[in-house]
Amino acid sequence: MPPPAHPGGGAAIEVQDLRRTYRTSTGTFRRHRVDIEAVRGLSLCVPPGQLFGLLGPNGAGKTTTIRVLCTLLLPTSGTVRVLGHDVVREPKAVRRQIGYVFGGDRGLYDRLNAVDNLRYFADLYAIEPRLQRRRIEEVMELVGLRGRERERVEGFSRGMRQRLHLARGLLHDPPVLFFDEPTIGVDPVGAREVRQVVSELARAGKTILLTTHYMFEADSICQRVAVISKGKIVAEGTPQELKSAVAARTVVEVEAYGVPEQTLGRIRELAGVESLAVEVREQSQLLTIQAQEGAQLTARLLQLLEGVRVERVANREPTLEDAYVSLVTSG
Amino acid sequence: MSAAQRVPAQGLFRTLPAPLTWPRITLSGWWFQLKMQAQSGFLIMTALVQPLIFASIAMADQQAGNRTLPLLYYALGAGIMGIWSTVVFGCGGALSWQRHQGTLEPLVMAPAPLVLVLLGITLGTATVGLYSMSATLFWGWAVFHAHVDIADPGAFCLAALATVVALGLLGLVMGSSFVLYRNSSAISNAIEYPVWLITGLLVPLSLLPGWTHPLAYILAPTWGVQALRSAALGGDPWLPLLWCLVASLGYLLLGVFLVANVERLARQRASLNWQ
Repeated sequence: MPPPAHPGGGAAIEVQDLRRTYRTSTGTFRRHRVDIEAVRGLSLCVPPGQLFGLLGPNGAGKTTTIRVLCTLLLPTSGTVRVLGHDVVREPKAVRRQIGYVFGGDRGLYDRLNAVDNLRYFADLYAIEPRLQRRRIEEVMELVGLRGRERERVEGFSRGMRQRLHLARGLLHDPPVLFFDEPTIGVDPVGAREVRQVVSELARAGKTILLTTHYMFEADSICQRVAVISKGKIVAEGTPQELKSAVAARTVVEVEAYGVPEQTLGRIRELAGVESLAVEVREQSQLLTIQAQEGAQLTARLLQLLEGVRVERVANREPTLEDAYVSLVTSG
Repeated sequence: MSAAQRVPAQGLFRTLPAPLTWPRITLSGWWFQLKMQAQSGFLIMTALVQPLIFASIAMADQQAGNRTLPLLYYALGAGIMGIWSTVVFGCGGALSWQRHQGTLEPLVMAPAPLVLVLLGITLGTATVGLYSMSATLFWGWAVFHAHVDIADPGAFCLAALATVVALGLLGLVMGSSFVLYRNSSAISNAIEYPVWLITGLLVPLSLLPGWTHPLAYILAPTWGVQALRSAALGGDPWLPLLWCLVASLGYLLLGVFLVANVERLARQRASLNWQ
């Protein structure tokens, strides 16, 4: 299927200098207004037919960006267009062309069955009444829920709910699809099935913007990835390009117990160290240190960690995850 | 991915001009709301029991008083109280619940006009309220021996229908604020009782202070209960019925205006989801 044409003729998704601020308040008696900048000058461009991944940690601004694109939030400033339609001035035109697949449990009518959930939205999306039944059967087949149509959604597993979200997003056959962390909380087999459907949709010519904080997910299915951190895009390219940015680095992993904050600070200041990520495990800490190629770190690290119980020290090849960690922890 | 493409996109959508698709959207929302309410044990219990409590209070009050007005007069007032409670509670509860469930966002994101989506919800809750009217009349007849002789059954049915539609449209006006504010249930609780009093459902309007009258005249239950009482007890139901329809039209126009603005404000304030 050829990528969809649109009046603008250019990018399917176009975001220029997007900013979004949330206003909240603190205090019980003396209320103070607080502005939280969730997205700070984000720009991206997704050509028709591309599967684009927006990768970032929790709170980076991924969901805010996708909600602006889906017309659920107004941008504080900046320009956002989907298939040439402005999300502020032409929300109805945007809504006809997009499907939004939520991640997580919410967003479905639990007391009703799967078909009732879809039938209502078929009317809201103006699907021809005589085609509704056939279309619902098709999307249920596509997401692997055939035979479960008449069951109440409250009895569905998380994976089944996710597939029903997907069915609803595809019901009106939109040319542009937004997936907000579609595999979050889904078991590995279910998550693989969701990724498979997303890949097939991309092959069928849909333009897809997917948010995730799973590296392997972005690596395995996305044609292009942007890493977002603190409301800004810090890197963009193909997964290969992002990986090559850290290819010339040395990665040292140290598993230790009770490393003081002061020592972590000293490790960060060591000559040649590019970044340090600390993952707290049950009792131990896993320090992942990225350093310039050729930097001889092991001896200096062990010196700094004197008095701390060190379980293991290992050197390994950098991965996309290292590229991601380096990007979101720097600055 | 072949299944996603079996029905060609061009043939998938209705090609009728937008206004011709609006009745189906409203009807679909109305039916959907009825189905959802039928699945809620709590709402069913509220709809079953509450009108009987209202009817008992109203008629016991009448029997304890000077009995200048027939029991049917109070039974009808209690019936409208039931419809109003169902609308205000059902509409506020439905939107609050939709927000909590995360389904308000998909509704707003659909290309159908939000005002029609809300209209379906409010008309659905008002229709459930029709039960209140029949239950109240039956309770009055069975327990309090009220004479349920309707003077003009045709006008009575028409007045009942007009009242339900008017209350549904009043629910639409309120629904616009419920979209904007997360604590919509609290708003509905706050406005439930004052309307009973102001619109003369429990006590005749003439007993209320003069400053409440202008407020009563812009509220549809005032005219709905007058039309129903006139049709049931003998009198002219047509003038209050006409005012009920005028109020309905006013609510519809106000609802359309408010929903359009409130949707924009909700997108600005990020109040469409629960977080």
